[in-house]
Amino acid sequence: MLTTQWLYALSGCLLLALGLRSALLHPALLQRILAINVMGSGVFMLLIAIAYRGPGMPPDPIPHALVLTGIVVAVSATALALALARRLTREQPHD
Amino acid sequence: MTDILASLLIMAGLFFFMAGSIGLLRFPDLYSRLHALTKADNLGLGLLIIGLALHLRDPLIALKLLLIWLAVLAAGATSAHLIARHARRREKHV
Amino acid sequence: MNATMLLIFDALLLASIIGLAWAALASADARRSVILFIAFGLLLAVAWGRLLAPDVALAEAAIGAGLTGALLLAALQWQPRKTADTTNSEQPTHTLLETGFRWLVTLLCAALAGMLAWSLTQIDAGTAKDALANAVAANIDASGVSNPVTAVLLNFRAYDTLLELAVLLTAVLGIFALGPAQAGYRIAGPVFSSLTRWLTPLLILTAGYLLWVGAHAPGGAFQAGATLAAAGVVLRLAGRDQIGLPRGNALRIALGAGVGMFLLVGLALFALGRPFLGYPPAWAGALILLIETAAMLAIAATLVSAFIGGQPTEEKTRC
Repeated sequence: MLTTQWLYALSGCLLLALGLRSALLHPALLQRILAINVMGSGVFMLLIAIAYRGPGMPPDPIPHALVLTGIVVAVSATALALALARRLTREQPHD
Repeated sequence: MTDILASLLIMAGLFFFMAGSIGLLRFPDLYSRLHALTKADNLGLGLLIIGLALHLRDPLIALKLLLIWLAVLAAGATSAHLIARHARRREKHV
Repeated sequence: MNATMLLIFDALLLASIIGLAWAALASADARRSVILFIAFGLLLAVAWGRLLAPDVALAEAAIGAGLTGALLLAALQWQPRKTADTTNSEQPTHTLLETGFRWLVTLLCAALAGMLAWSLTQIDAGTAKDALANAVAANIDASGVSNPVTAVLLNFRAYDTLLELAVLLTAVLGIFALGPAQAGYRIAGPVFSSLTRWLTPLLILTAGYLLWVGAHAPGGAFQAGATLAAAGVVLRLAGRDQIGLPRGNALRIALGAGVGMFLLVGLALFALGRPFLGYPPAWAGALILLIETAAMLAIAATLVSAFIGGQPTEEKTRC
């Protein structure tokens, strides 16, 4: 793999670990939802780094399609999670 | 030659962006921060876009960049207005 | 020289991205986390552009930073009020057991990242690496479009896109089932109203352009749907709830249009003797455009429904 690919792929792994840690340990619900989004972004970075082929060459389109699908699914999951959190806060106001 | 001019314009734009960010960090209250950020960022973006248009030398792309600048100008000014008005209203209620 | 500059740029960009993610997740204040997360999303869009993924960059900027940001900012309103004892201390004190547990979890997450990084050294193996990309390049002329990402999404892996639209529909059904929508905003003042007056048509026009151009350049149904959703969100923010989202049966049709059109086309082709969603090459371009239009409407309706956070209450529902 190219240097650029390694740089971005390792950053993607780091974001995944960062998001997972916060999703498990953060006390507030909203930040845990953000953490899951960060995990998703880490995976996207990993996929797009794998698809990169170098400065002039066309990249591999299939991971791009996967990430595009992933972004849309992530936003709908976040929206559902926020609706659930809102309902939860209504039922149990003391978090 | 044109590329040197383009680089100078882009660097001038970046300088204004930095000035706006420093204003955001250093000014004492909300209104002066909004003022610094909005004005400096709009000017910085304008210089950046002129530099890019010179570098790319394509009239259609230059037109698109100009439209982008106008849209950002309008949206940025409206956002600053809304934030300032909201802050003013909150001050009056307190 | 060029490569070194790019390397420095990559290092700075990645440092900013990781730094923003860390700061957003370490903060106890919800508003600060949300704003830092929006900035994180925008820098991610820059990263996708740098890695030559313009379709993904467009989608990330519109959906990941823009619409997710709007969702999160709207969600800040119903955050639980801070109780008196947590406002003073930024870091709640942990017992020794808790601290040990937190360190254990951190170590395990680091180990996971390490294993993932190690597995990357195993994937760069031989000629199988580009097999799928070569298959796409070989068959793109028969696919009806010339943008490879659109070809993969709407032709080669159309079934996955159908299921993705079904996921969107399921999410919106869940959101509707959880309660009524948030109350609308008040009518905007003259400044915001005049911005809305020309911004909304511009957004609708841009959405149509992105839909059309997706066949041969970066763009497509998802980016177009997100731009259309942005128009709906802007209208909603300006207090015009009546026109931000269709109502009643029109809303139901719009939400189901993506999955519905896919199924219609797929089953019609099935009835004509072709495989499910197997477009005949002469009709592929037109069928893709048809499906993408329906998908754009569905995505826009779904995202605006997600923004309003629940079942719209203005109409008289019977169920």
